[in-house]
Amino acid sequence: MQHGKYRFIVGFLVVPMTLYVIFVIWPFIQSIYYSFTDWTGLSPDFKMVGFDNYTKMLDDDVFWKSLQHSVLLAVLLPLVTLGLALFFAFMLNVGGRRRKGAAISGVRGSGFYKIAYFFPQVLSIAIVAILFQFAFDPAQGMINGTLKAVGFNDVPDWLGDPQLALWVIMAVLVWCTTGFFVVLFSAGMASIPKDFYEAALLDGASRFTTFFRITLPLLWDTVQSGWVYMGILALGAEGFAIVHIMSVGPGGPDYSTTVLPLYVYQSAFRDGQAGYATTIGVALLLVTLAFAAIVMRVGRRERLEF
Amino acid sequence: MGSTSAHNNEGLGRRDLIKRSAALGLIAVPTMSFLSACASGDSSSDDKVEKGEKSDKNPLAVNGSAPLEIVIFDGGFGTKYAEDAKAVYEKTYPEAKVKFSATQKIQSVLQPRFNGGTPPDLIDNSGAQQMDMGVLVGKKQLTDLTPLLDAPSIDDPAKKVRDTLRPGIVEMGQFDGDPVWIMYYAYTVYGVWYSQTALEKLDATYPENWDDMLALCAKAKKQGIAGWTYPGKHPYYLPFSLYPFIAKIGGSEVLDAIDNLEPKAWEHPAVKAAFEAYYELVAKDYILKGTPGLDHRGSQGAWARGKALFIPNGSWVENEEAAIIPKDFKLSVGAPSSLDSSDKMPFGTIWASGGEPFIVPSKAKNVEGGMEQLRIMLSEASSKSFTASTKSLSAFNGGTDGIELSDGLKSGVAALEKAGTNVVNPRLQDWYVKLQKEQIGVAALGEMMAGRAKPAETIKKIQAFADATAKDQSIKHFKHQ
Repeated sequence: MQHGKYRFIVGFLVVPMTLYVIFVIWPFIQSIYYSFTDWTGLSPDFKMVGFDNYTKMLDDDVFWKSLQHSVLLAVLLPLVTLGLALFFAFMLNVGGRRRKGAAISGVRGSGFYKIAYFFPQVLSIAIVAILFQFAFDPAQGMINGTLKAVGFNDVPDWLGDPQLALWVIMAVLVWCTTGFFVVLFSAGMASIPKDFYEAALLDGASRFTTFFRITLPLLWDTVQSGWVYMGILALGAEGFAIVHIMSVGPGGPDYSTTVLPLYVYQSAFRDGQAGYATTIGVALLLVTLAFAAIVMRVGRRERLEF
Repeated sequence: MGSTSAHNNEGLGRRDLIKRSAALGLIAVPTMSFLSACASGDSSSDDKVEKGEKSDKNPLAVNGSAPLEIVIFDGGFGTKYAEDAKAVYEKTYPEAKVKFSATQKIQSVLQPRFNGGTPPDLIDNSGAQQMDMGVLVGKKQLTDLTPLLDAPSIDDPAKKVRDTLRPGIVEMGQFDGDPVWIMYYAYTVYGVWYSQTALEKLDATYPENWDDMLALCAKAKKQGIAGWTYPGKHPYYLPFSLYPFIAKIGGSEVLDAIDNLEPKAWEHPAVKAAFEAYYELVAKDYILKGTPGLDHRGSQGAWARGKALFIPNGSWVENEEAAIIPKDFKLSVGAPSSLDSSDKMPFGTIWASGGEPFIVPSKAKNVEGGMEQLRIMLSEASSKSFTASTKSLSAFNGGTDGIELSDGLKSGVAALEKAGTNVVNPRLQDWYVKLQKEQIGVAALGEMMAGRAKPAETIKKIQAFADATAKDQSIKHFKHQ
């Protein structure tokens, strides 16, 4: 039945492919093209300037700082977020004390916890950022209020302190992304056959061993895609939104929280240098692709069938 | 099946080849064509509306039946004043269809239209998303408003519009020689804002020199009140009182040199003296605790509730914090205190200048209509409506008689009277937004006022930023005339 196979496939793929090319590939190509121009973004005339934008970028301290922070976010956040999410998901699904009649169960109240963890996902990221901005307000914020009530008089400035600002941003990012991965991993764990756990139980394995010998290896594919997804969030949209709304400036005291997408935004929409902004965008594209490639390579394992 | 096509995937038949190359073409064609394509469309500027009949009533030759489009920034001043003026235009030209819209996101909304060559006829280019004026001027996107300035004014046809404006408004609209690209409609008084009532409670008057300022802060500190606060999240509020302070110490030419990005401009002794005076507030712990982490509403809120005496700000603060400034607050603005007797300019020297920059794009269809709308806004009646609804002065020189002035406005008018000709007008925030806000504001002054950097290294840092801006060929540079 080879007859018309290609026509069939192409027929079905032509619409999504066209959309993908028009709305994804084509803007990418355009951005790369504009990064060789001096386009301001405020008028239709511009000229080619060769590699000027790129040499300017390599000499730009703020670019290097943004790159450093973006890479830090991309490395640390997935580690912390996925680690927490795995732990929570395991406790919710497998980590409970064994009750009668069930080989595995979650901790008591796991149904409530699942909703509580997922709740930040429901809120818009902008609202999360604004709420945390209030919480971290050094004078009237809840966090310093609590610290003072407990007897700390020397409370930090949080976002106003270059040593702390980026860590505050990261904490907020962890808070609002963990829930999604808890739910994702819970779904993955639900598909692991119960017999494995029962066998481990009969052999007298501890929760710890069960997790590292059974749960994690069987979840590995999910963890890997989650890793890439989280890294892209940290490099892109979520990282930008939180920094843009919460941080001093925005960009932090003494550039301590500036990230690549923020710098793209500022160059394009504040400084009227759309050409330079696309250049930084190209750098961001390279970083993101490199990140995804590294994660895919490092995380490669043989697939387990179950 | 003919023998020309392959039955399985081992060989590659002619048809498959065609199909595959078609698939490749799907991707390749656009990549080839982008070399000749250009997304930021071509613009033709010959679709302007026809001019109308020039007459005494209609000195700008407005075409009364042509549509007009106005886009207003919806911020601290609201939009009522602009809508009032729009109503006047509609009454004058009943056949004209006027499209009026307000937004907070000026750049997001209008950027595509500038790129497409179809901008509206009048724009209030203001707010956080202001389009960079330097770029707009440099790229010839704006109309020269000289015809408007030379037109007879609405109230008195014997007077030109330019003769009815407050000092400095016309100069502010000039970037590179004679043409006037921008009409600043509001008139802002910057300075040190405080509550007269709070000072009275401390048996004090506004300190006219720096020693008194420090003494008053010490007195307030004993009562548990901080001397100063400022928007730590946006430290570029500090220059509102710091720049006129520098001018007062060393003369306004120091600020001109700074605006002109002259090498070593920041190394002038007056700058050092002013920075050191402000740093003393930090060193002696007269700044409200937590200030570096406060945004503008947070710091203004703390100040309005009496947690701090002074805040560097502009006259919009009265409207912005109207909800929380107490009735008996007696809002006032002070000029920078004298540093010592060798100051070049007298006490009362203040920064006052235009705000709310209105522009008429050069590619607008109805340029005359846009200018006519501005002419209407600069009449006494419109100016009064603006002042009444916003508690702010307008560019029209006058328009305060017969309306009840609020405390802050009264104090602003008094401060202007006291200043006389000693009004300074630093331009850094109009010419080099990034340098002023991000580099001088957040990265340098913000760090100094948080106590993390000394004045000497701050000045060095700022000078380096200014030099880099002067060297950067991708930025258009401007000079004081």
